Amino acid sequence: MQDTATSDTAHETLVKIRGLYFARGERVIFDGVDLDIPRGKVTAIMGPSGTGKTTLLRLIGGQLQPDAGSIEVDGEQVPELGRAALYRLRRRMGMLFQSGALLTDLPVFDNVAFPLREHTRLPESMIRDLVLMKLQAVGLRGARDLQPAELSGGMARRVALARAIALDPMMIMYDEPFTGQDPISMAALVQLIRLLNDTLGLTSIIVSHDVQETTAISDYIYVISQGKVVGQGTPEELGKTDSDWVRQFMQGLPDGPVPFHYPAPDYREDLLNA
Amino acid sequence: MLEWLRELGRSGIGFFEKLGRSSLFLLKTLAGLPGVILRPRLLIAQLLSVGVLSMPIIVVSGLFVGMVLALQGYNTLVDFGAEESLGVAVALSMVRELGPVVTGLLFAGRAGSALTAEIGLMKATEQLAGMEMMAVDPMHRVIAPRFLAGFISMPLLALMFSAVGIYGGHFVGVGLLGVDEGAYWAQMQAKVDLHGDVVNGIIKSIAFGWVATWIAVFEGYDTVPTSEGVSRATTRTVVYSAFAILALDFVLTALMFGD
Ligand SMILES: Nc1ncnc2c1ncn2[C@@H]1O[C@H](COP(=O)(O)OP(=O)(O)OP(=O)(O)O)[C@@H](O)[C@H]1O
Ligand SMILES: [Mg+2]
Repeated sequence: MQDTATSDTAHETLVKIRGLYFARGERVIFDGVDLDIPRGKVTAIMGPSGTGKTTLLRLIGGQLQPDAGSIEVDGEQVPELGRAALYRLRRRMGMLFQSGALLTDLPVFDNVAFPLREHTRLPESMIRDLVLMKLQAVGLRGARDLQPAELSGGMARRVALARAIALDPMMIMYDEPFTGQDPISMAALVQLIRLLNDTLGLTSIIVSHDVQETTAISDYIYVISQGKVVGQGTPEELGKTDSDWVRQFMQGLPDGPVPFHYPAPDYREDLLNA
Repeated sequence: MLEWLRELGRSGIGFFEKLGRSSLFLLKTLAGLPGVILRPRLLIAQLLSVGVLSMPIIVVSGLFVGMVLALQGYNTLVDFGAEESLGVAVALSMVRELGPVVTGLLFAGRAGSALTAEIGLMKATEQLAGMEMMAVDPMHRVIAPRFLAGFISMPLLALMFSAVGIYGGHFVGVGLLGVDEGAYWAQMQAKVDLHGDVVNGIIKSIAFGWVATWIAVFEGYDTVPTSEGVSRATTRTVVYSAFAILALDFVLTALMFGD
């Protein structure tokens, strides 16, 4: 069934998710999600806090196993891969964690050099050049000798980005790249994500709830909530949507079909049942 | 009563479940050891932080324990006119028993708790997950070198503890209490058996090092990834290690010296 021709047109989708079902204990996080991430594009996955955006990235990266459904990355079924094959696939995926996840016992330079040293046998002089190039791209070449504890949250995220692109992956997953960035570095980061995507021929997946920045750079957007895809389309299409839900989310209105509250018993009764 | 039995059953199951998980974990760690030998720099860094940094506390404690042994031993032996045997008494207590056991307890408190806290924090701050996503297996990169370093360091620290203790005993016995210097060493040489005493002591310290390091790295890796989880795991490392070392010491002593 799988067309194994390597031409790009035969594989326009890099990540293909079908019928994804995933639950944590009693709580269903994904209940039948279908997603296509096109190759070479910037695709955003948006949704309110706690809907499982981070969980989705972990499922794509094979750190979590779905309860049902298929997750296909570059023609391979991630949940079925053995350890060696999974690790081979991960070398071609970069992931930017929400917290940065820098190694705290290594300075910035060694953090960025880490994947190069682990996976290549390049001479130290070449590693140095590569690391400085990646740090230059995120504007932190001057911070190479700092320890992770000396970085601000936003800087740590950018160092992590430099590290994620160190091995020139085919795709990169950004978990909330915009939180903690000041307006200047935010603008630079938005440009950078676009630039990296277009010049390196990457495929980018951005997970975020920052509507403005995300719509500014995405080619296609999925909106998920309560385990389902509730809206999808290009930024323009989503702007003109007739779904109340998507409109509420995209325009940030406090009132609408999306509850602001985590599921809870009736407020009045809760207070009276002291 | 029924409730109590149920609780007992539950914690019993919990115990065996954890034992199973930690055994699997140990197997994976052992699978990572060949990779560590190929990358000695990872091991050396850990030998430094696990072994070398534990040396001061081991040396100072060994010195005091040896001095106390000599003081106590002298008071008993002198009543029988046997103070010449002070060297043997100190050396045997040190090599057979106190060296491995006290070193094991100190090692769990100094190095074991640090290992658990470090690994637990790496988990809580997503560093381990981040490594996995960079296709680097934390079992190989983080756990295996630490385990091997603990396993190597512990017997060496125990030997150091015993040696320093014997000199501490010498200082008090010969230097302060006037025991004959020649007798202190000669009796020790004559009565301490290389195989029966020294080697058995080393075997004990190897076993304690194995168990204490295993507990420390497992508790770190198994931490609930929050700051509270890390602090609990650190406490558990020290408590479980102390318990395991003392229980194992009884078993090994019965096997080695009781016939
Ligand atoms: N380790 C875990 N164990 C149990 N439940 C978890 C765990 N991690 C996350 N969850 C639950 O899964 C749900 C989705 O979490 P996730 O981190 O994927 O959300 P998110 O969309 O990334 O939110 P945010 O925008 O705040 O980062 C949450 O409701 C959370 O309570
Ligand atoms: Mg998240």
